[in-house]
Amino acid sequence: MAIRVPADVIPYARFIGVRIEEDEHGTRCVLPFREEIIGNVRLPAIHGGVVGAFIEMTALLTLINDHQSEGDRIPRPIGFTFDYLRSAGPKDAYGRAEIVKHGRRIANVRVVVWQDDPDKPVAAGIGNFLL
Amino acid sequence: MSEEKKYAIEPLFGEPPSMELAGHIPHCNYLGLELLAAGPDTATALVPYRDEIVGDPARGVVFGGVITTLIDQTCGLATLCSLSEIATIATIDLRIDYLRAAEPGLDLLCRADCYKLTSHVAFLRAVAWDREIDEPFAHAVGTFMVGSRPSSDHPLKSLTEEILRGAGDPAPQEEPGD
Repeated sequence: MAIRVPADVIPYARFIGVRIEEDEHGTRCVLPFREEIIGNVRLPAIHGGVVGAFIEMTALLTLINDHQSEGDRIPRPIGFTFDYLRSAGPKDAYGRAEIVKHGRRIANVRVVVWQDDPDKPVAAGIGNFLL
Repeated sequence: MSEEKKYAIEPLFGEPPSMELAGHIPHCNYLGLELLAAGPDTATALVPYRDEIVGDPARGVVFGGVITTLIDQTCGLATLCSLSEIATIATIDLRIDYLRAAEPGLDLLCRADCYKLTSHVAFLRAVAWDREIDEPFAHAVGTFMVGSRPSSDHPLKSLTEEILRGAGDPAPQEEPGD
């Protein structure tokens, strides 16, 4: 699908530097590594909260770029569950969302975040949005 | 209290607690996160409202992920506040319910409590609110891994030792009410 809505329409996406792009598998989001998103200086590692926020942002941006989402209001999150699988190191992270169900009122979205290897995810999340 | 439990970072407890609890974390500084309270098994923190953290520009509502960060950070602190020895901690999972939109223009507050601690896992619950704690905009439960890595160089370890030796300037102590 073509990107209709860029990430930078959302102030918080600019704040943490998230962008949305296309690759051979479809749409994905990128969280560029920078010092401001570090949560553990010793490892170092990206803050778990930022990883969670990136999961939510990937879900939201994928949803509002989906051709079924024609509404002009931004979907509102109802609930989200995050699983932290590995520590996210000091490098760019990538996120891809799958819209599990796009209902009339509710959308269910699953997200995986990885760094070097998509088969070794650093985090995963699933959540529901009110459309 | 019938049982005396030792808390590793007790010298840093207070209202507000020692800012060192989160001051060494770049992202907390970037968000402007402030610690309001730390005590036995509990922590309270605040993220100030600002335009940069908005997720829905039409309504001025803060992005849900900011609340995720506030809750994750406060739960992590509450976990640290529950330990009898300083250890490295890591989030295992976190589930957040967004009960309503946070009110535009208001600071975001979160209180987290560690309600169960086992040898390797801490269990947390948290609420986040803007006006009154009894009217939260988010509710969360989470689990944290405790002691997943050696903690000999943990930044809080040397700090608490320094304070215990009297070299530091401890935050004013709040006695628990019970």
